[in-house]
Amino acid sequence: MSEETVQREARAYEAVSEARDFHELKRRYRNFVVPWTIAFMTWYLAYVACNNWARDFMSHKVVGHINVALIFGLLQFVSTFVIAAVYGRFANRRLDPLAGGLNAKYKRERRR
Amino acid sequence: MTSLLVALADTEPGNQALTISLFTAVVAITLYITWLASRQNKTTADYYAGGRNFSGSQNGLAVAGDYMSAASFLGISGQIALFGYDGFLYSIGFLVAWLVALLLVAELLRNSGRFTMADQLAFRMRQRPVRTAAATSTIVVSIFYLLAQMVGAGTLVGLLLGVTGDTLKAGVIVLVGALMIIYVTIGGMRGTTWVQIVKAVLLMSGTLVITFLVLLKFDFNLSELLGAAAENSGKGEAFLQPGLLYGKDLVGQIDFLSLGLALVLGTAGLPHILIRFYTVPDSRTARRSVQWAIGLIGAFYLMTLALGFGAAALLETGKDSGVAASKGNTASVLLAEVVGGGSGSIGGAILLALIAAVAFATILAVVAGLTLTSASSFAHDLYVNVIAKRKVSEQEEIRVARYAAIGIGAISIGLAIPAQKLNIAFLVALAFAVAASANLPALLYNLFWKRFNTSGAVWSIYGGLISAVVLVIFSPVVSGSPTSMIPDADFSWFPLSNPGIVSIPLGFLLGVVGTNLGRDKSSANRYNQLSVRALTGAGAEVATKH
Repeated sequence: MSEETVQREARAYEAVSEARDFHELKRRYRNFVVPWTIAFMTWYLAYVACNNWARDFMSHKVVGHINVALIFGLLQFVSTFVIAAVYGRFANRRLDPLAGGLNAKYKRERRR
Repeated sequence: MTSLLVALADTEPGNQALTISLFTAVVAITLYITWLASRQNKTTADYYAGGRNFSGSQNGLAVAGDYMSAASFLGISGQIALFGYDGFLYSIGFLVAWLVALLLVAELLRNSGRFTMADQLAFRMRQRPVRTAAATSTIVVSIFYLLAQMVGAGTLVGLLLGVTGDTLKAGVIVLVGALMIIYVTIGGMRGTTWVQIVKAVLLMSGTLVITFLVLLKFDFNLSELLGAAAENSGKGEAFLQPGLLYGKDLVGQIDFLSLGLALVLGTAGLPHILIRFYTVPDSRTARRSVQWAIGLIGAFYLMTLALGFGAAALLETGKDSGVAASKGNTASVLLAEVVGGGSGSIGGAILLALIAAVAFATILAVVAGLTLTSASSFAHDLYVNVIAKRKVSEQEEIRVARYAAIGIGAISIGLAIPAQKLNIAFLVALAFAVAASANLPALLYNLFWKRFNTSGAVWSIYGGLISAVVLVIFSPVVSGSPTSMIPDADFSWFPLSNPGIVSIPLGFLLGVVGTNLGRDKSSANRYNQLSVRALTGAGAEVATKH
């Protein structure tokens, strides 16, 4: 890559990084992933901790031989599936359109 | 152990022939795929990233194939068969971990990197120190993991084929090693990906069949299955409750917490998983592939629950049983025989051979993925950017990667043969701990922290790597207890078997310390470029056209 291309790319990146849409994209992404990451990590660590320190609670039978521990474990599966789906929907609707627009802006800027 | 081997080998010669022919079929199919794939390998993007042309569902299957090792297929169901509920805990950490990969890593890495984990760091850091550090930890993690798989393969294929004796097991290791070298050198990422896809389909369908047959025996009543498992295990309700395997005392409980942390944070730092995200055309497809992988891996672990408790309910799992002697590894295979109609029946023989072949395909696919990862990192990070110090043509780079694959394959064969008698379970846990302590902090800081710089990256990678390895060396895993690697010596001072709870925070902390000590300001200058590229895909690598 020539020195000129490198500089042109750097300028295009700077232009995109200053765009209002980019700040909005960053804000949306952050506002989604930070709380959700805290939520699922807490939920998972609570499960790990209950296995260690709340065994009476975990051993409580709910239906037949199915106890709280098993249900808690299966709920970890459910929450993982749900969060993965919710994130996908969110990203498709709220992130991709902005990212696509900014990507186009980058291409325009680079040609200038 | 011996009695089981004799039982497998002597009573079922027809079965063994069937198993061997299915093994041969697996080898033939995968080699054919590799050959087909090799004809499209022209550029480095083809060799390292399969041309970046895979679809979300294809790469999702391949990710799942790379992730579900024989250890998780046979190991987790075996642990459930022996220890009930506690055996199930590994799989939950393994699954939840994918949310870290989905939300924080997969898409951003796809947009900002090219072929290896180091690419993403090197985007805004000084090339040589960062690439050397990242390549070191990539190769160390992959070789730990690879070794565990290969030693496991020797024992496992021995069990499945009824082969005894160390020489024959060594033969199996050499065979597995030779096949993985062929897949990787000839097929590159494209061939390896197709091998993963085939393996994932085989594994999912095999597991589905056995799960269906197990549930059929219990009228699809989960409670009844659990009750029968608890009763047959001889441990009663305790079999369904936490505490049989983990957390017997306070040290054990902290150890379990430490394991839980390494499992949930390790996945998103495993190099062989990370480079899978480069095989798709864009970040959207990377997202789709992680969603696919979560669905497949989750479904698979739910099925291992039926497999494990099914084995506990239907097989003899007491102290002197074959299942216990194999540490649970034979549970799925023997269960397949029982639900197929029992020993001596045609259905039983067919299912047993089928599941054995699935396990074999699993081993081959996982070792191929790991070899490719280390070879890529050696050629792309170390050779091109550190050793050669000159312009290297794509052809030369691919040639070096191929030689590296042969070299790494040979080294792991050489290490796996004498390691046959070692307790290898800890190698996988160690790989996860290193991935979480060395790789994840650097990856996350690089993406989300502007001031993070070269020395921060180097400190967190080496710091996480060294602390995880050193803590394991001085843990009861290596010395000081009857189940240690070296039971006769005692130089252990670290009480936990899993270093994660110390080494992961340390990796993050050292990243901060290193950043503040470093004077490299240019890393921060390129942060805006990196974050634009990571979040929008502007200027990201595109798929190759054929």
